[in-house]
Amino acid sequence: MDKLIVTLLGATVIGFIYWFFFGKKDELVQPKNVWSVLVEGGYKPSTITIPRDKPTTLTFTRTDANSCLEEIVLPDFKIKKFLPLDKEVVITIPPTKPGIYTLHCGMNMYHGKIIVV
Amino acid sequence: MTKTSFPIIGMHCASCARLIERQLKKTPGVSEAAVNYGSEQASVEFDASVATPNALAGAVAAAGYKAIIGDTPQKTASGSVMTPDDIKEEAKSRELAELKTKVIVSGILSAFIMLGSFPEWFTGIFSGISSIYAFLAAPATLLLLTIPVQFWAGKSFYQATWSGLKNRTASMDTLIAIGTTAAFGYSLLTTLFPEPLEALGVPMTMYYDTAAVIITLILLGRYLEAKAKAHTSDAIKKLLHLQAKTARVVRGGKEIDIPIDQVKKGDSIRVRPGEKIPVDGTITEGSSSVDESMVTGESIPVDKKQGDIVIGATINRTGTFLFTATKVGNETLLSQIVTMVSEAQSSRAPIQRLADVVSGYFVPVVLMLSVATFVIWYDVGLPTQAFVNLIAVLIIACPCALGLATPTAIMVGTGRGAERGVLIKDAEALETAHKIRVAVFDKTGTLTRGKPTVTDIISVAKTSDGEVLSLAASLEKGSEHSLAEAIVTAATEQNLTLTKPHAFQAIAGHGVTGSVNGKSLALGNRLLMTRQSVIYNTHEKKIAALETQGKTVMLLASEKQLLGLIAVADTLKNDAKDMVVALKKLHISVWMITGDNERTANAIAKQAGIDNVLAGVLPQEKAQKIKELKAKNTFVAFAGDGINDAPALAGADVGIAMGTGTDVAIESAGITLLNKDLRSVVTAIKLSKATLSIIKQNLFWAFAYNVVLIPVAAGTLYPITGWLLNPALAAFAMAASSISVVGNSLRLKNAKI
Repeated sequence: MDKLIVTLLGATVIGFIYWFFFGKKDELVQPKNVWSVLVEGGYKPSTITIPRDKPTTLTFTRTDANSCLEEIVLPDFKIKKFLPLDKEVVITIPPTKPGIYTLHCGMNMYHGKIIVV
Repeated sequence: MTKTSFPIIGMHCASCARLIERQLKKTPGVSEAAVNYGSEQASVEFDASVATPNALAGAVAAAGYKAIIGDTPQKTASGSVMTPDDIKEEAKSRELAELKTKVIVSGILSAFIMLGSFPEWFTGIFSGISSIYAFLAAPATLLLLTIPVQFWAGKSFYQATWSGLKNRTASMDTLIAIGTTAAFGYSLLTTLFPEPLEALGVPMTMYYDTAAVIITLILLGRYLEAKAKAHTSDAIKKLLHLQAKTARVVRGGKEIDIPIDQVKKGDSIRVRPGEKIPVDGTITEGSSSVDESMVTGESIPVDKKQGDIVIGATINRTGTFLFTATKVGNETLLSQIVTMVSEAQSSRAPIQRLADVVSGYFVPVVLMLSVATFVIWYDVGLPTQAFVNLIAVLIIACPCALGLATPTAIMVGTGRGAERGVLIKDAEALETAHKIRVAVFDKTGTLTRGKPTVTDIISVAKTSDGEVLSLAASLEKGSEHSLAEAIVTAATEQNLTLTKPHAFQAIAGHGVTGSVNGKSLALGNRLLMTRQSVIYNTHEKKIAALETQGKTVMLLASEKQLLGLIAVADTLKNDAKDMVVALKKLHISVWMITGDNERTANAIAKQAGIDNVLAGVLPQEKAQKIKELKAKNTFVAFAGDGINDAPALAGADVGIAMGTGTDVAIESAGITLLNKDLRSVVTAIKLSKATLSIIKQNLFWAFAYNVVLIPVAAGTLYPITGWLLNPALAAFAMAASSISVVGNSLRLKNAKI
């Protein structure tokens, strides 16, 4: 009996984990070329939509002491910056072709997307 | 109106910036002031006759902050001027110090917890002080000892987990927080409610040791990893330290020392022996020899005279000279190198793609696996086994090693290249270089010196070789033809005395005539000789032989008699032959491409040992030829001097530009050889090979580690061998795996390239 309960409970937990981490949807937003991103347990917002062929400035502020997040990497733009705690760091992205570009932390654990439309 | 900008120290929010702005605008003479909180810079427009830089600094100080203006930079409380890199350094060292304390304290506590947790092993040893040992082994004591480890030393895991969960993301910290909390929580319940739980049949096991040891080991791992990681960016630090701090500028007839960032274009700067050249510029007075090894990797000092270009951060060896600054601030070669190296270190290597995809799913999948492990073990085994395996799976998983595998190797690899004068534009170029099977070299300026030099002097009359050269050089002294320059240079190198020619005449397409020391002379090609009725047919064989070698032959005659032959040719660089041999050893076929005719091209190719020649190729056709070679499904590298070869450089799989010292053709080439040493092509390929093999080892290790050990932690070996993984051992393995990846990348520093 207890085994059945544990099994059912386990299956529910697995389902919940799946839904919790993989079930979130990217909110679609209007493209704009000035963004501020809060770095706290990830990137807020984690999906940034920017217009093509226009330079874009992203201002990152890290409020999370987790050292995993101390570095921001935009590999497609060859940008890697150290984010001091509670300080604004401005990153300028040159005009770009449409596409989906990624951004992540120094250890590639937290991810975000830059969508150029 | 004067415009100035200066850094401000001490701001901790955007409102500080507004406050400083207001204060600056209130200063008499200031018309405009803007303070950027992000870049920590103020830019001010002011009337220099009313306000002084000191008044501006005073205004900022009145607001409670510090401005760095003027000749002597102001210092922070710690005594140094803070650049973003300093801020990073300081934050890092603070973090390291904190981690160290946590590791030591939790290490000591964990040792006691371990002692107390295994009375079956230790009771005998402590029989003399059994009452004290009994106190240590009591559940309440263990609980009290574990609390600081779990919640003080392990606080960062909770913080990271919590902020991640708010965003519906999970990381390495999530796994550790959940794993250790499970161990701690279970033990807490059995400590607080032993009787009711025992009555329910719950096993009375405690896992305080597991929780404490895991946290200690992971923190120790992070500490060691952070220390090792700091070394991956050594190259950039070294480059930045090369920068001179001050420059001795001549202003108003006086020489004054000013900070490097205040040097302007056009400033006249004095450099004495042993000093660093502060910025890039052109020598206007004096001469010296300059050690450029720190920038170009070239170890032999270079002689510099008036009109020559000097590079900032290189060291003046012997003479004193004056030069005009042509490039300052971030335009200098050194700044460009630093930018290029740090950009390359931030770029993504294509090989990383799989690890990128995996790391996006890794942690949630491990969480699900751990739950599945628990359920299966609960159903077929004992509840305690289920619990221990759940923790082991959570702890052993190591996404960090996957994330670190490629970037750390790229960082060390590009840095290593920069030290050797090999600038790599991005990770992709570094990754592709080792796949090259065909290397195409532009001839003029890349394989050859690009400047004609005298190769043969053949006397055919009673005159000696030296006299032939001396007469020819004296005659050519006034000429500006590039062949004439070669002859004059050769004579100067041999310390020959030259006399001024009389009745000098240049005959286009033929050569020159005139008289030297009363001797009437003619120097030129066959046409000139025929015109002067000089008989040269008897020497035609020699002339033709020289021409087959791709040389231009000039005939010297006096009074209708041939005196000698001087052959001039663009010569092969000394290192070209070595490079070709080394490339062939690496099974790379070497090609030469040139606009020259086939005869000249073949002559040079033969000297270099190159078997494949593409001659008579117009500059605009080079890119097309590269494309044709690429069509054969081989990786093709093209090396050119970077100025007119841009399309071919960009078209090749790997473009290798010969840096000309000041003009770094970074845009089109993947690799730039700053030292102009052809053997560096081989260095670049070897570096690529070494880096790639380290990356592959890292990725293999990181994947294999997780693929093998996660199932082991889940207890899959138990039915066969009876093995279960102790969670503390799992923590050890996991910490060791990240460190080993970073350590393996650091090995590149000593790789043979």
